[in-house]
Amino acid sequence: MAVELTINDIPVSVPEGTTILDAARTINIDIPTLCYLNLHEMKLNNHIASCRVCVVEVEGRRTLAPSCSTPVTPGMVVKTDTPRAIKARRTMVELLLSDHPKSCLTCSKNLDCDLQALASDLGVRNITYEGEESRFAIDKSSKAIVRDPNKCIRCRRCETMCNEVQTVGVYSAVGRGFETVVKTAFDLPQHKTSCTFCGQCLAVCPTGALTELDQVDKVWKALNDPERFVIAETAPAVRVALGEGFGLEPGAIVTGKMVAALKRLGFDRVFDTEFAADLTIVEEATELMDRLKKGGRLPILTSCCPAWVKFFEHQFPDLLDIPSTCKSPHEMFGVIAKKYYADLMGIDPQRITVVSVMPCVAKKYEAARPELGRDPKTPDVDIVITTRELARMIREAGIHFGALPDEDFDQPLGESTGAAVIFGTTGGVIEAALRTAYEWITGRPLARIEFEEFRGMEGIKEAVIDMAGRDFRVAVTHGLGNARKILEKIQAGDSEYDAIEIMACPGGCIGGGGQPYHHGNMEILKARAAAIYREDRNKTLRKSHENPAVRTLYEKYLGEPYGEKAHMLLHTHYIERRKI
Amino acid sequence: MSQSEPGQMTQQAEIPDGGVNRQFALLDEFVASLPYKKENLIAILHRAQEIFGSLPEEVQMHIAYLLDIPAAKVYGVVSFYSFFTMKARGRHVVNVCTGTACFVRGAAKIQLEVEKQLGIKTGETTEDGLFTLESLRCVGACGLAPVLVIDGKVYGKVEVGQVKEILGEYREK
Amino acid sequence: MRLETTDALNRLRDESQRLIEVRAQARIEPWEQQMGSIPEDSGAEKAESIPECSGVEKTESIPGGVGVEDTESVPQNAGEKNKEEVEDQDKDKDKDKDREEPAPEGAGGAAPEERAKREMTVLVCGGTGCQASDSEEIIARMRKELAARQMQDRVRVVKTGCFGFCEKGPIMEIHPDDVFYIEVSPDDVPAIVEEHLIQGRYLERLLYVNPVNGERLERNLPFYHRQLRIALRHCGLIAPEDVKEYIALGGYQALAKALFQMKPSEVIAEIRASGLRGRGGGGFSTGLKWELMSRAEGGQRYIICNADEGDPGAFMDRSILEGDPNSVLEGMALAGYAVGATHGFIYIRAEYPLAVHRLQTAIRQATGYGLLGERILGSDFCFGIEIKYGAGAFVCGEETALIHSIEGGRGEPSVKPPYPAQEGLWGKPTCVNNVETLANVPIIIERGADWYAEIGTEKSKGTKVFALAGKVNNVGLVEVPMGTTLREIIFDIGGGVKKGKRFKAAQTGGPSGGCIPAQCLDTPIDYESLLGIGSMMGSGGLIVLDEDDCMVNVAKFYLEFTVDESCGRCTACRVGTKRLHEILSRITEGKGELEDLDRLTELGGIIKDASLCGLGQSAPNPVLSTLKYFRDEYVAHIVERHCPAGVCEALARYTITEKCIGCTVCAKNCPVSCIAGSPKKQHVIDQERCIRCGTCQAKCPVDAIVRK
Repeated sequence: MAVELTINDIPVSVPEGTTILDAARTINIDIPTLCYLNLHEMKLNNHIASCRVCVVEVEGRRTLAPSCSTPVTPGMVVKTDTPRAIKARRTMVELLLSDHPKSCLTCSKNLDCDLQALASDLGVRNITYEGEESRFAIDKSSKAIVRDPNKCIRCRRCETMCNEVQTVGVYSAVGRGFETVVKTAFDLPQHKTSCTFCGQCLAVCPTGALTELDQVDKVWKALNDPERFVIAETAPAVRVALGEGFGLEPGAIVTGKMVAALKRLGFDRVFDTEFAADLTIVEEATELMDRLKKGGRLPILTSCCPAWVKFFEHQFPDLLDIPSTCKSPHEMFGVIAKKYYADLMGIDPQRITVVSVMPCVAKKYEAARPELGRDPKTPDVDIVITTRELARMIREAGIHFGALPDEDFDQPLGESTGAAVIFGTTGGVIEAALRTAYEWITGRPLARIEFEEFRGMEGIKEAVIDMAGRDFRVAVTHGLGNARKILEKIQAGDSEYDAIEIMACPGGCIGGGGQPYHHGNMEILKARAAAIYREDRNKTLRKSHENPAVRTLYEKYLGEPYGEKAHMLLHTHYIERRKI
Repeated sequence: MSQSEPGQMTQQAEIPDGGVNRQFALLDEFVASLPYKKENLIAILHRAQEIFGSLPEEVQMHIAYLLDIPAAKVYGVVSFYSFFTMKARGRHVVNVCTGTACFVRGAAKIQLEVEKQLGIKTGETTEDGLFTLESLRCVGACGLAPVLVIDGKVYGKVEVGQVKEILGEYREK
Repeated sequence: MRLETTDALNRLRDESQRLIEVRAQARIEPWEQQMGSIPEDSGAEKAESIPECSGVEKTESIPGGVGVEDTESVPQNAGEKNKEEVEDQDKDKDKDKDREEPAPEGAGGAAPEERAKREMTVLVCGGTGCQASDSEEIIARMRKELAARQMQDRVRVVKTGCFGFCEKGPIMEIHPDDVFYIEVSPDDVPAIVEEHLIQGRYLERLLYVNPVNGERLERNLPFYHRQLRIALRHCGLIAPEDVKEYIALGGYQALAKALFQMKPSEVIAEIRASGLRGRGGGGFSTGLKWELMSRAEGGQRYIICNADEGDPGAFMDRSILEGDPNSVLEGMALAGYAVGATHGFIYIRAEYPLAVHRLQTAIRQATGYGLLGERILGSDFCFGIEIKYGAGAFVCGEETALIHSIEGGRGEPSVKPPYPAQEGLWGKPTCVNNVETLANVPIIIERGADWYAEIGTEKSKGTKVFALAGKVNNVGLVEVPMGTTLREIIFDIGGGVKKGKRFKAAQTGGPSGGCIPAQCLDTPIDYESLLGIGSMMGSGGLIVLDEDDCMVNVAKFYLEFTVDESCGRCTACRVGTKRLHEILSRITEGKGELEDLDRLTELGGIIKDASLCGLGQSAPNPVLSTLKYFRDEYVAHIVERHCPAGVCEALARYTITEKCIGCTVCAKNCPVSCIAGSPKKQHVIDQERCIRCGTCQAKCPVDAIVRK
């Protein structure tokens, strides 16, 4: 049923239940918002109306109405631009700024901050009501996330994301009145909580209250150390998002320019994590076949997402035996670089610095897990930077990204197939695994290589694949809340699945916590996913087991997939952790 | 419905054989008796505070575990309500009513005097663990303003000069 | 024993008359008198529904019940009772004509030998205030004394709820003599037993002295003259811990009437027609709320009684719960029947242990009689009530915050819509009503909407209970018809300002309300008029301020409260009120500037306009109203750096008056040696150097140093 109303004297007709904010957007009026965030695809709707920035005048109403959460009613007369509304709006921003550090120039969110943008848009030129500012300790305890509550504007987006979408529940509003702030339980340092470091909290944080642990300087140091042999590896999702950092359209594929930029930054080798993704598929498909053959426990769960791994370690310690034991691709890459490639090139592995460029902040934490660098002097991966950090480095180096020529990855660890590319989006890992497992199990070539049923933003995707007469039940889920639903089914013994792909971030790695900020625009994520599938189609080889460099690796170094050496280098174990 | 009656906000429940394990067992017993649990968080916290005297981190963690909810949620709730405290209280809890009726009848002076006599600020506990000083918003005995409450006993129409004597009764107890 | 029918309820009512007969007419009477505007015939109708409460018609409906004419059953009662009525009902002679009898001789109304057989009832206030001043001990002593004299069987000692006259507590009332004792101490008990109960001689020293003429009053205190006790109808009259006393006075008759004679929609229509509005502060039409709720879709729905009385200085709801818990339970059951809810919650402050205890007792008893729970009175209606505790958060008085608190979360308000009636507790339609509102419901159903709508003003019907406190002579709980003026409440009922000081302002509505100056004292109070003068009804806190109160400091006090109690969710309230408080602090510290006044006005206006919930939307009221009516005090703080009331420490001035005898003690004790003067001459304080420590004032032997 349509509702007729007027906004700024313009007649509007919108469906019942529409908010004033959305109704105004239909006539191209953008009411400023701050705390509001509606990520429909992720089922995140933060419309708690706490910032009071989006207030508008509604005729007959005593007070101003928050447009983000006030549904339209028939005959409503809305004014978004009266002096009363504008004054209130600006005062809200002034009040927020009065309790906010004025260190914008040195904030890692400088020029990427919603509060800053709002202050600029609303023409805030002075702070009328100055007073006491909050003083909280900054938490830099973890290897991934920095929490600076002083910059928190209490929009509670992180809390909504962590509690409702990810169901991890690390954050809560704490205290009351002016002291209210979002914190961890007992203000524990982040690394002592159940935080999975998925980074979705910082992906939605409008200010610099939640940011990644910046490791750019460590990279610069390594690059400028003549003793170090510095290798870059880049995850699939980075190449479809990095361009956004330089004003390119979301979904622009910038693989060649990215490689060129990394080389100009001084990396000795620029390799591709996708190589290791192909390797992962070979290992994981073999592991699956092994479980099928030996009657091992099913379903097998993918293990390439470190946030997901940490999630089940805390939340489902009784299920530690079902995820694949495969390390994640970038960790596999690191160990291959330091063993195989070092051997190949005759370089002392201790001289090698592996820098992973990831769409993810959890990878920073993962690289620091003790069991993933058995010899402390040669961790699998030395430094992890995010897509955003790489963009900053490129800007800092003064490289005109847009003008760069396309260059190719170095070999042999730069070789990859289309199956590896699609690791970057939800459904990609299982699709890649099926492209290999199907052929291995059935002994027949796959007629239809693309598994449309696993693509898209639907939270839980399921399909039954006929594998030589055996129904093979597959599920794909992204977002930890969705994962929880599936795991609870497994726990209850109600699951008939054989294999499940789980990614912590909604959308998979393209929506990772280390990607350029989407500022609530989900179209960006969709464009990145589309680019991933485009890149897949552009590849000649689209099945992991066909990757010639991977084959060579087995022949010359590893031996059998899932064999003894592979086990030692490419597989890991999980640790029971406390739920906090 | 079995519910805890908050009753005396200051006194710990009698625990016959004492000991932390016994305290946790009492709490577990109470939680087990509830027909629904997560929604009863506040009642559970009341009971826990009765048992333990305060709600330190480990007690909150235990409640989070019992109810299968994040500890942050428990902490968020505990830190929201002024009735709940994470700090152990002294043997006697002294409350100065700072409701409006008491305010206009000089509660601030009484509060200052109690602070002076105990040598602590409101919200603190004396070093010997004898007294905790808190403030309270209206006990409803406005006819007796200003009012001082010690361990639930109400002292009405208190004058600054009486404070020392009143506190003295508890020093000896 | 479950009551399976209305008849069973009526039988229990009749059997229980013996419990209350000696005090049946006590203080129900005065408000009946005051209802002069009600036509006689409506009075007759009343009699059918609650015969116990009305006068003349009583005997017809309950044979064997009490009544003035029922001389056989309570002969001693009649004379005494009538004496009072003769005295103060002469304007209503017709009605009482047949009751006139010569006044008996002697204060006790009967000779000692007669008295020795007499059934008597001693009511002792068991409200929080009186309990704090040893009423429990009075009761214990009384029982002991009675037992020692073998009088326990004929003298009942009843612990009641609040009489309202808290200033003079502990209160004791003795029936059938209808004598009102004030400030009773446990040590008075033997004398009361010996003198009054046995000898029939009233204890003069425990009687209230009318300050106007020095007359000692046994009853009919001026404090009660202008009151009309509807919500408080049973407070101080019945034993709140015995449901039978409530039933004896017609309790649960309204529920029986609704269940068997009315459709739910008729109950809603009745409440709507009565004009009853939410007594928690907002003043939303209760009937409309119920109607919206009854239209909500979905099966399960809830009734919540909001007993989270957080306004510091207000204790109306607590007194009702302590004094008459069953009226609230009955109101909830009626609400449940009207809107189709089978489950109710009472959300009550944990700071109210006594009210909690009485509620638990009442719920247990009512459930035992089948007045709550499954198939109430044998009907198909089921309604259970559960108690939920608050934990010290003022904002939980806001209905959405309250709901979140019941759900086990932080008590933060959420945006409306959706309103609780659409999506409330656990997402189900929920109706939240305040204690006082619910206490009015049974009597409205009993007597009808027309009766209720006669009381009050055009838009605000019925009565309102106020907790009168502060610098007023008669601190206590008062209930007056809407439209009563502040002057009547403060001066006629409240007995004026303490110590003869000058009235400065009345603060209504607590932290959400404003300060009303002397020029508005004659405003008839209702929801609209209070809003009109920058305050609000709020829950009913009414604090009297005198010349010694600094209005800037009062505003600061309330803002401190709001800053402390803000849930911290929305910017306007979380940061805005903090900034208001900071500005006020600056002013009281002598660091204010005139521009601060504009900042207060502007920011206050924006906070009201842009806050998420009622707390923030009303938080600036104490500032804005004082700024409006007492701007000169603000200006004095800023321009003259002077606090006219002498309250603000940093701005206080100590001066030496001509009372000075020149003893030099002040000068000797001044830590900064700023006092000059020769011995035996008036000394002078150098204001520039004075650090306002107050030492001189404390040391002066002749009180010659004043702080202003």
